Amino acid sequence: MEALILNFFQWFWDLFGLWDSIWGWFQHLWPLVWSILRIVAILVPLILGVAYLPYFERKVIAFMHVRIGPNRVGPLGLFQPIADGLKLFFKEVLVPSKASKKLFIFGPIVALAPALIAWAVVPFADGWVLADIDAGVLFLLAITSIGIYGIIISGWASNSKYPFLGAMRASAQMISYEIAMGMALVAVLMVSNSLNLSEIVRVQNVGRFADMGLSVLSWNFIPLLPLFLVYLISGVAETNRAPFDVVEGESEIVAGHMIEYSGMAFALFFLAEYANMILVSFLTAIFFLGGWLSPVGFLPDGHHWLALKVSFLLFCFLWFRATFPRYRYDQIMRLGWKVFIPICITWILVVGVWMMSPFNIWK
Amino acid sequence: MEFKTFVFYVLAAILVFAALRTITARNPVHAALFLVLAFFSTAALWMLLQAEFLAIILIMVYVGAVMVLFMFVVMMLDIDIARLRHRFWSYLPLGGMIGLLMVAEMALVLSGKYFSVEALPGQTMPEGYSNTKELGRLLYTEYVYPFELASVILLVGVIAAVMLTLRQRKDTKYQKPAEQLAVRRNDRVRLVRMAAEKDAPAESAAAPDQGGGQ
Repeated sequence: MEALILNFFQWFWDLFGLWDSIWGWFQHLWPLVWSILRIVAILVPLILGVAYLPYFERKVIAFMHVRIGPNRVGPLGLFQPIADGLKLFFKEVLVPSKASKKLFIFGPIVALAPALIAWAVVPFADGWVLADIDAGVLFLLAITSIGIYGIIISGWASNSKYPFLGAMRASAQMISYEIAMGMALVAVLMVSNSLNLSEIVRVQNVGRFADMGLSVLSWNFIPLLPLFLVYLISGVAETNRAPFDVVEGESEIVAGHMIEYSGMAFALFFLAEYANMILVSFLTAIFFLGGWLSPVGFLPDGHHWLALKVSFLLFCFLWFRATFPRYRYDQIMRLGWKVFIPICITWILVVGVWMMSPFNIWK
Repeated sequence: MEFKTFVFYVLAAILVFAALRTITARNPVHAALFLVLAFFSTAALWMLLQAEFLAIILIMVYVGAVMVLFMFVVMMLDIDIARLRHRFWSYLPLGGMIGLLMVAEMALVLSGKYFSVEALPGQTMPEGYSNTKELGRLLYTEYVYPFELASVILLVGVIAAVMLTLRQRKDTKYQKPAEQLAVRRNDRVRLVRMAAEKDAPAESAAAPDQGGGQ
């Protein structure tokens, strides 16, 4: 890929006979340019996905409610996200007079940044990853744990009661479910013997069933089924989506930390929420559903499989929202601490014993 | 100057600035956020030393968990800056002494024979060397007993903290999820079969209304 693009540049500038003089100083800049190109290639589809996921959400929920959903702007309402974006873009960002101004502006930025940084280690296909680092899972856990600062800072900086309540709820809830998510990943690390995300996917293509051409049966979600469910549900709670959306809970505290925000500042929170949803879906697909692997041997692997799995998981997010009533706050805490964490610890123990027994399937 | 050295100085400058602001910021929330920045710069410095496991764990544990809870508490305190500062000068000598002592200890260790930059082995890690893997291997083989001991001590700390602050109130209301889940419709709703009531005649229905109007 890199050589291809370089060749194109060379061909282009050779038309004017300038390549040699340009390459003289350009070769020092090329690694930087190449990184930026790859970052853009990840972020542009991501932002497009973030723009169209709310449209998809409204359509899906409308379908489940037997309504039509957005259908005014453009064919099938397809330009609705663009119209919404333009509207938010031209709105004024109001800062409450008693708010802590710098932190008020800082909050949404901190909320969005980690949701974008985390993509550095996400592999889209074999070798298609921005930074193929060995400590990928640790990096992800560290980066995603920062996102909560956006909510806390904005809740506090708004200097208002409902945002503050939202921030309190957020910090308690996200910390609780982070532990469950981390614990669920421990067993994944144990069976794949690596912290590298690409390696975790590759290991899922090894085993008796994978040799028989049924790679789907050797993916992590079968031997680690309880942890898969824990991770999926914790992912919903971690992104503050329904039925765990007490952080914004419209009927209780209006919109939580986002009440005082308008215009693009609000849009950043919106982007962060949907970017996080897409990220969690990607991670679930990579850790438990075999990433880019094709489910059966006779079909080639590729990024389209990852896209399919992620689409299904995202659909689940929307499905949950249309199906379940909101959890009560004490039930959320109980589920996180008293149900998920014990399940994780138990299953880690089971996997440990399993790996030491003669029935070990991960050799 | 090598690029790495340049990065080091930039990060070090941010770290020193953040650490200074942590103790000089008037607002405790700002101070806590500067502490977060200090942790970040420290993690980045460790990353420069190729200690990626320690760097990431520092962010995960301190930034991701400890400081969040710290903010949680600090944000809810009603802190009176003037009252906090009124003994500042009387505590300054003690604080200064402790600070000097720490600087002296660090200087002794770092300039000593065993830990100085020259005494440490050069960074010639073999290809495929994983800091995380090596640390894990050492922790769970050679140092497994100290490691387990440390974790038990931490557990004692957790339980002690809970027990010391636990106040059992007699009128606490709490849920019993098992009972809530075991509830069936018949426990809460009683269906009563009864005959339909006849509509009252029009005159007698109008009579109370007149009475009410008077």
